[in-house]
Formats: sequence, structure tokens, C-alpha cells
Amino acid sequence: MSSIPQLPLADWIDSFVNWLVQFTGFFNAITNFIGGINNAFQWIFDLIPIWLFIILILALTFYVNRKDQRWSLLIFELLGLLLIWNLDFWRDMTQTLTLVLTSSLIALVIGIPLGILMAKSHIAEIILKPVLDFMQTMPAFVYLIPAVALFGIGMVPGIVASVIFAMPPTVRMTNMGIREVPEELIEAADSFGSTEWQKLFKVELPIAKTSLMAGVNQSMMLSLSMVVIASMIGAMGLGTKVYFAVGRNDAGGGFAAGLAIVILAIILDRLTQSLTRDHRG
Amino acid sequence: MSKKVEVKNLTKIFGKHVGRAKELIKQGKSKSEILKETGATVGVDQANFEIEDGEIFVIMGLSGSGKSTLVRMINRLIEPTDGEVLIDGENLMGMDKKTLREVRRKKMSMVFQNFGLLPNRTIMENAEYGLEIQGVDKEERRKRAQKALEQVGITGYNDEYPDQLSGGMQQRVGLARALANDPQILLMDEAFSALDPLNRTDMQDQLLDIQEGLKKTIIFISHDLNEALKLGDHIMIMRDGEVIQTGTPEDILTHPANDYVEEFIENVDRSKVLTAGNVMIRPVTINIDKAGPRLTLKRMKNNEVSTAYVVDNKRKLVGIVDANDVIDLVRHDSSDLRSVVKTDVPTTNEETPISGLMDDISQTGIPFAVTNDKGQLKGIIVRGAVLGALAGNEVSEFE
Repeated sequence: MSSIPQLPLADWIDSFVNWLVQFTGFFNAITNFIGGINNAFQWIFDLIPIWLFIILILALTFYVNRKDQRWSLLIFELLGLLLIWNLDFWRDMTQTLTLVLTSSLIALVIGIPLGILMAKSHIAEIILKPVLDFMQTMPAFVYLIPAVALFGIGMVPGIVASVIFAMPPTVRMTNMGIREVPEELIEAADSFGSTEWQKLFKVELPIAKTSLMAGVNQSMMLSLSMVVIASMIGAMGLGTKVYFAVGRNDAGGGFAAGLAIVILAIILDRLTQSLTRDHRG
Repeated sequence: MSKKVEVKNLTKIFGKHVGRAKELIKQGKSKSEILKETGATVGVDQANFEIEDGEIFVIMGLSGSGKSTLVRMINRLIEPTDGEVLIDGENLMGMDKKTLREVRRKKMSMVFQNFGLLPNRTIMENAEYGLEIQGVDKEERRKRAQKALEQVGITGYNDEYPDQLSGGMQQRVGLARALANDPQILLMDEAFSALDPLNRTDMQDQLLDIQEGLKKTIIFISHDLNEALKLGDHIMIMRDGEVIQTGTPEDILTHPANDYVEEFIENVDRSKVLTAGNVMIRPVTINIDKAGPRLTLKRMKNNEVSTAYVVDNKRKLVGIVDANDVIDLVRHDSSDLRSVVKTDVPTTNEETPISGLMDDISQTGIPFAVTNDKGQLKGIIVRGAVLGALAGNEVSEFE
């Protein structure tokens, strides 16, 4: 092996990132855009009094489960949110929620069309599959480095890294959902003279909905798993509390903040899972 | 009757080396030879047929015979490798996507084996799908879908979902969805095959009822010869992608093109196919406006029968006379033949399937009289002839 010189792979990637940095205007625009969404969420969350926020979340849970009410979940949510309030993590929790919602939203907006493209085009599938594998298996920390170079410090690079890490399930599950629409339904849609768009919106997406929502749920959970990592580059929230606790060897503080993340995760998971279940009629 | 659909040399080859396989197929090579030589699978091998306006044309064959591929080429759900499909003389093959879409929207609708209903839509929303994608406004399409649903006998389920209905009812919705567009052509791909036998018979009857009023051109795919014989004005039998025989149900039964068809029809319940007209024989008739008791008796003796059928000058059935009664008349030197004519004769018409007559035939001693709609006597049905026909013997005494 010694006769073969070491490949300067790291150098190549460095120069690629450096080359990208010259498009400052472009990346600034993205930063502003993502930052705008993020700030809008945060602005709304800061505006709503805590007690009203809790009521709204309970009401939302009640609404999405209206067919099959689960009181234990409502009680858990009430106690969990009161605990977060009590521990004085409220503002951190809303920051984390903002990060998760923003990155999930972006992951959806990019991921669902990509999934549709993948389902429709064989070539797109061949290209996207390894890319998705790469995005999901590359250690999430690694994304932080170029993210900082391109988007600076703060919420935005955290969101970008989360989007990259969290998007694959949405793409995959959208693809799978559409591919699994029964052949006969596609034929029915075609035989009645549907256009491609009509077929997509009236047949394929509605039938793929369950699978698609499962992808959204997974994406949301993955982006939540990024919050601690993203806190290392200045994304504020519960992650920051955990990260600081690690630095101060503060087990109690770390666990308390960690518990708040768990509570948030469970609420988000159950809410999106309810959407996954078929609530028609 | 005019030609509604013409299919010329329609061919589908699946797999690789389609071009080479196309050459071979034109040379008349068989499906297995082509598979061996090129690896390509012949789905449909140069099918040629014509369908008349307003008829039910049944394409029948076992699975793998290419019938489903064939029907999907008629609306180009499957793109043909070669050949032409003409609807009202217009070739479908040359059409661009937009024109083809218009044809699918306006001219032909399809009914599917497993119904093809959208599970997330209500019955009403399913029935109006075809109209919805055409951009028909909501009120109008509701009205038309409602009418179609009523036509197939689905009322009061508008807001249910397909999985809340039985198979038979789901397929009625499938049929309503197709009818709502008011297409000229209905493509029905094994439409009743997924239903249980009772429901299937029901649906067949209903389709015939609906067809009576609507006179659509229906292309019906089936693997069940009984179904084909019951529904079809014409039947086309396919095997291994090839058309084996095309003809009326009677053609197929009486003149099977080859051993394959013959084997097929051996399993058919002939009582459902044969009609009174097929099994009737010529009776001994007496014209009451001309003949008296003596002549009657003489004819009955000559023909060695104890009952004769009495008709008038116009061959209209009057009744029957019994030999004993006629002998009595002759003895008393009476010429009033009318006084002994019994008028309560069981009658039927030529189109009645004998499956519906079996019970009555076996119960009444007197043979059934077969009359046309003017009341004229066409023939009679005797028990022996019915049994003979069911056993597959030709009924040749008549005409």
C-alpha cells in the first residue's frame, strides 16, 4: 500500500467547500429565507401565553384523535408540558420546536416532490437512492462543518444540517407509497382520461397518504435527534442546555433538559402518528 | 348495424428484441418458437376482429391467453407493438396524448376485475370521478352520477366508502362510474369474475337489462364460457395470444373451430344456451278452417300420433285435439271439430332458454307449443328432444 500515494480526498472536499463559499450572495439568501421561517415560528410561539399554548396542544391532540380518543395521552401531555414550564425550559422548548418544525417543513417541501420524482422516473430512483443512503448514514456531525462555512453560526446551519439528515425518510416513504398504489387504480385513473397531475393529486397522493405521513413522522423524529448536535454550532434550545451540562459535568441539569426533549419528542410523535392513521369521513 | 370498433393485426410483444420478434410473428412463427429464438413474449398475436354498434362482444380465454392485454390495447392502457384500433373509423394509434385522453373521457369507459374503486372516496365521489376530471361542475356531475348509480340499483349509499360495501355492490359502483360518463363503448375486464356465483348471475342479468335500454357497445372479457354464451352477441375465443374462433354463441357451440374449442364447450351447461327454438320439432297440425274430423283422424293415423295441433288459416295456434275425441265426433257423424279443441296448451316462444322450461316440460304431459309473437305455431317441444339436445345430439328433425 505504501507505494500508492494517499489520496488527497480531504483536500478535494475542502477546496470544493471553499469554492462554494464564493457564492456568498446565494447562501445569504438561503440563510435569510430559512431564518425568516424560523423567526416567524418563534415569533408566534413567543406571542402565545404558556397556558394558552398548553391548551392549544391539548386541543390539537383531542382533534386529531377525535375518532379514537386516548385520554392517557392528553394527561401525559398536560403533565409533561407543565413540567417543562416548571423547570423553566419553556423558551428553550419553543426554540427546539421551532428548529424541528422549520427543518421538517423544509424537508417536506423538498422531500415529497423528490419522492414523487423518484416514483415516476426510474433514472431518478437510480440516482437518488445512493444519495439518500449517503445523507442518512454520514455522521450528522460532519454536516455541521460546511454548514457553518456556508451559513454562519446560529439556528440556520443547524436547520440545514437537520434537513439533510432528516429528509431521506420522507423521500423514501413518498416513493414507496406511490409505487405501492395498486396497478388497477392507476389503470382506472388512466382509463377515464386523467391527466398526469389529476392522477397524482386525485389518486396517487391520497392513497399514498398513510405511507407519506409515516415518512413525515420519521423525518420529524430525526430532526429532533439533531437538536443537541446542532446546539454545538449555536442553534439555541433544549439541546444547548444538554450541551452546556456536558461541558459542566452537570448530570442533573443534563437529564432535566434531556427529559424535556423526550417529552417534546413523544408529543410530536403521537401527534403525527395520529395523522398517519386514516381519519376519513 | 355499423362497425363500431375494428381491430387490425393488433400485436403486443413483451420483453427485449421486440423488433426481431415482430419479424418472426409476421412469418407465422408460434409463441413458443419466438420465445425460444428471441426471449420475447408474445402477448397478443395479430388479432383481427370487428365489433358492431350496440352489441356485447365477449373475448374469452383462459389466463395467459392475452385477452386482458388485448382489451387494454383497445384504450391504449397498454401500447400495442403493431396494428390498428379503429373506433368509428378513427385510428387510435396515431393519436397524441391529448386526443387519446378525450377519447377515453368521452367514448369509452372501463370496468375492472377488482373494481378499481378509490378507497379514499365515497361511493358518490367514485361514481363521479370520470366527470370530475373532465371539469363538469359539481351539481351537474352529482346529477349524472346519481342517475348512473340508480341505473345499477345502488341508492342510499352515496356517503359510504367502497370497503363498506359487498363485492357485488362495489362492482355495481364500478359499472355506475363507467356509465356516468355516458360512453359509447364499455370495456369490461373480467368484471364479474371476482364475485360469488349468485352475485355473478345477478350482475349478468342486470347488465343485460341495462344493455336493453342503453345499447352500448360492450367489450366483455371473461374466462367463463357460460358467461360468454349468456352475454355475448359474438364471442371470440383466444389461446396463447391467438384468436382461435369468432362467432355467435350458436356458431361456437355447433361448429367449434378445433379440438381446443370443442374441449372448452364440453363443460358448458347446454340448458342455459339452447333455446326452445333450438330443440323444437315439427308437429302434426290440422287447419281448422279447412279440415273436418274425418280428415283429422286420417292425418293422425298416418302420423301415428294421439294429439294434433290445431291452427287456423294464418297458422295461428288454436289448441290441440285428442284422437279419442275426434273418434267420438266421427262416430256421432258430427263435423264440429271446434267443440273438442282444448285451448289450454302450454306455450312458449323461440328465445326462451330451455333451462327455464325444464320443470314444466317434465311435469305436463302435453308437449309445449312454441309460438312467435303473432301467435303462429312454430314447433313443439317434446321431452325426448330436450334430453337429446342436452346430451349434445343435434336436433335435426326440424327444417
